[in-house]
Formats: sequence, C-alpha cells, structure tokens
Amino acid sequence: MDHESPLYHDLWGISWLDFNLSTVAMTIISSIIVFIICVLASRKLQMKPTGFQNFMEWIVDFVKGIIGDTMDWRTGKVFLPLGLTLMAYIFVSNILGVITMGVYDHELWWKSPTSDAGLTLTLSTMVIVLTHFYGIKIRGVKAYGKTFVEPVPFLFPLKVVEEIANTLTLGLRLFGNIFAGEILLSLIAKLAFSFGAISIVGAIIPMIAWQGFSLFIGAIQAFIFTMLTMVYMSHKVSSDH
Amino acid sequence: MQSYASFLVIGADVGGLQVGNMLVQLVSFLILLALLKKYAWGPLMNKMEERENHISNEIDIAEKNRTDAEKASREASAELKQTRQEAQSIIEDARLAGQKQEQQIIEAARVAAESIKKSAKEDIEKEKENAIKALQDQVATLSVQIATKVIEKEINAQDQEKLISEYIKELGEER
Repeated sequence: MDHESPLYHDLWGISWLDFNLSTVAMTIISSIIVFIICVLASRKLQMKPTGFQNFMEWIVDFVKGIIGDTMDWRTGKVFLPLGLTLMAYIFVSNILGVITMGVYDHELWWKSPTSDAGLTLTLSTMVIVLTHFYGIKIRGVKAYGKTFVEPVPFLFPLKVVEEIANTLTLGLRLFGNIFAGEILLSLIAKLAFSFGAISIVGAIIPMIAWQGFSLFIGAIQAFIFTMLTMVYMSHKVSSDH
Repeated sequence: MQSYASFLVIGADVGGLQVGNMLVQLVSFLILLALLKKYAWGPLMNKMEERENHISNEIDIAEKNRTDAEKASREASAELKQTRQEAQSIIEDARLAGQKQEQQIIEAARVAAESIKKSAKEDIEKEKENAIKALQDQVATLSVQIATKVIEKEINAQDQEKLISEYIKELGEER
C-alpha cells in the first residue's frame, strides 16, 4: 500500500526538468473540469437568471464582495477574473482528491493537485509576482518602491522577508491542509483493508465524516487563498494602506 | 515493528519541487485564466452589468412615470376644482339673474297696474263730470220748460206789460 509518485526525470535530457506525472495529469484534469463547468454555466445567459446561472452569479458576487472588502472596487475590478479562477480552480482541485484516490501499480495517480507543494507554491508565487506587477502598473515605479521604505527605511529587509514569507505561507497553508486531509483519508482507507470485513464496515463512518470535513476544508481553503490574494494585492495597489 | 512502521508511513509523496510540474501548473493556470475570462467570466460579468443597467433604467423610468402620474393627477384635481368653482358661479349668476328678472317683472306689473288704475280713475271722473253736466243741462232745460209752462199759464197781458217796462227801466238806470 505504499504509494509512490509517477516521476519522469530529465525531459529532453534537461537535468532539472522533472515531472510528477500524476500532478501534471491532475492539474490538466481539474483545469478542464473547471473550464467545462464555468463555460456550461455561462453559455445561455439570460436577463432573468435561473438555476446554474444563479449559482455562478452568486459566486461572482461573492468574489466581488471579497475584492470590495479589501480594496476600492474601481481598482479591484480587474482582479475579478483572477479571483474567480483561483477560487474555482482551487476548490475543484481540493475536492478531486476527496472524492476518490486512484492508485495504479503502486503509484498514486488520482489525487488533489493541490496536495503537491510545488503546485501550491507555484500558485502563490504567481500571485505574489502579480501583486508586484500590478503594484507597479497601477501606482507607478516610484510609489511602488516607496512602499518598501515606509514608514522607516530600516524596515526594508523586513519588507523583503515579508514578501517571501507571504509566498511561502500562502502556498504551504493550502498544501498542508489538503495534504493532511489526503493522508488521513488514505490512512482510513488503509485501516479499512487491514482487518477484513469488520474494519471495512467500521471505517465507513470515519471515512464519511472526514470526507465531509475535507469538502469543508477544501471550500474554506479556496476562499482563504482568494481572500489573501486580494489582501496582498490591495497592499500593493491601494495608496491608503 | 516493520508492519507498524509501514502502517504509519503512507508513502504518499509530498510532491517535491519538480520544475516541470511548476511550469505545467503555471502555464495551464494562465491558459485557464485566459480562457475563462474570455468564455465564462467575461460574458457573465457583462450580463450582470447589463442587468444592473437595465434595472437602474427601469427604476428611472418608473420614477419618471410616477412623477408624471402625480403631476397629471394634480392637474386633474386642480381642473376639477376650477370646474366646480365655475359651475358654482354659473349657478350663482343664474340665481341672481332670476331674482333680478323677478323683481323687474313685479315692478313692470306694478307699474302697469298703476297706470291702468289711474286711467280707469280718470275715465270714471270724466264720465262722472259728463253725467253731471248732462244732468245739469237737462235740469236747466227742464226748469225753463217748467217755468215757461207756469209763466204761460199765469201771466196776463197786464202783467206782461208791467214786466217789460220794469225791465226797460232797469236797463235805463244801469246806463
């Protein structure tokens, strides 16, 4: 029952270009799922929304609320697609591993892509880089540079550390939550097969409970990631913070 | 011990930091972001904005209609009030005109009656005078006739002579 990752080393002979094939596959799968769901939801848009469109509009309003809470709506408007995509993508990724786990030939293929630290750190790095990009774009180089030496210049090293810490915490928080959830799920699954039929029956209840909790965690983490993205963004693009 | 250890070690890979994964993730996320922005969030947000505008438009129109309706109702009530006043004044005028006409008719009737009365009185007076005059004439004539008859019967030649002479004498004295 030891699961290994299907690693693929040195693509095209490049020594640092390694792949975890399951993460790659799950990344693409969850992207496709998110794309299909969102495009289906916004295909037949009506003035009087019904059903699915209502749900999507609720999500849009929800993310709008997150952005509106952290910054001025006029500057925050451009981040709405980013926030929505982050939210949808992370939520779908989180629950993919809760629904089931696929092991093939002792290699873990089906899992949450967000239970891979590399993936979450990529996301968080991308977000932090975007905050710096928009900070420069919206406020100008001078005002952007000034944020590093305010309120007093000797805080500059701390500000740099803060950026790195933000990146790490943003990525590792998501990774830790989802990875821990998956570990417990696979532990329960392992337990179920350890002692025969009795343990299978006995494991169902904790399995259901933990899956429910993981769904909740997945939704919460998607929300937190989006929220923190917008908070970091507002630090860079708003002048009153 | 070995089995216990393997029970605890899940063997699930933390993932490591494979650069390939990161590149795939970054690229796929950016593609997803672009595609969703184009095909999902864009239309959705446009629709919501359109609806917002539509609703605010409708509210504006409703507000305008309400103001118009209020204005129209105010105008109508003002007109009604004016019409009522006019009707009142027409009735008042008619009443006054009626009273005046009544007075006039009564006055005219009174004047006419007066004049009829007066002319009747005059007629009566005249008739009376005429009658008196006629009567007087008749009385005079009658008295003369009576006197003539009396005189014819009693007077003789002697007396007649004496009377004439007296009369002549009187005439002479007067001169």
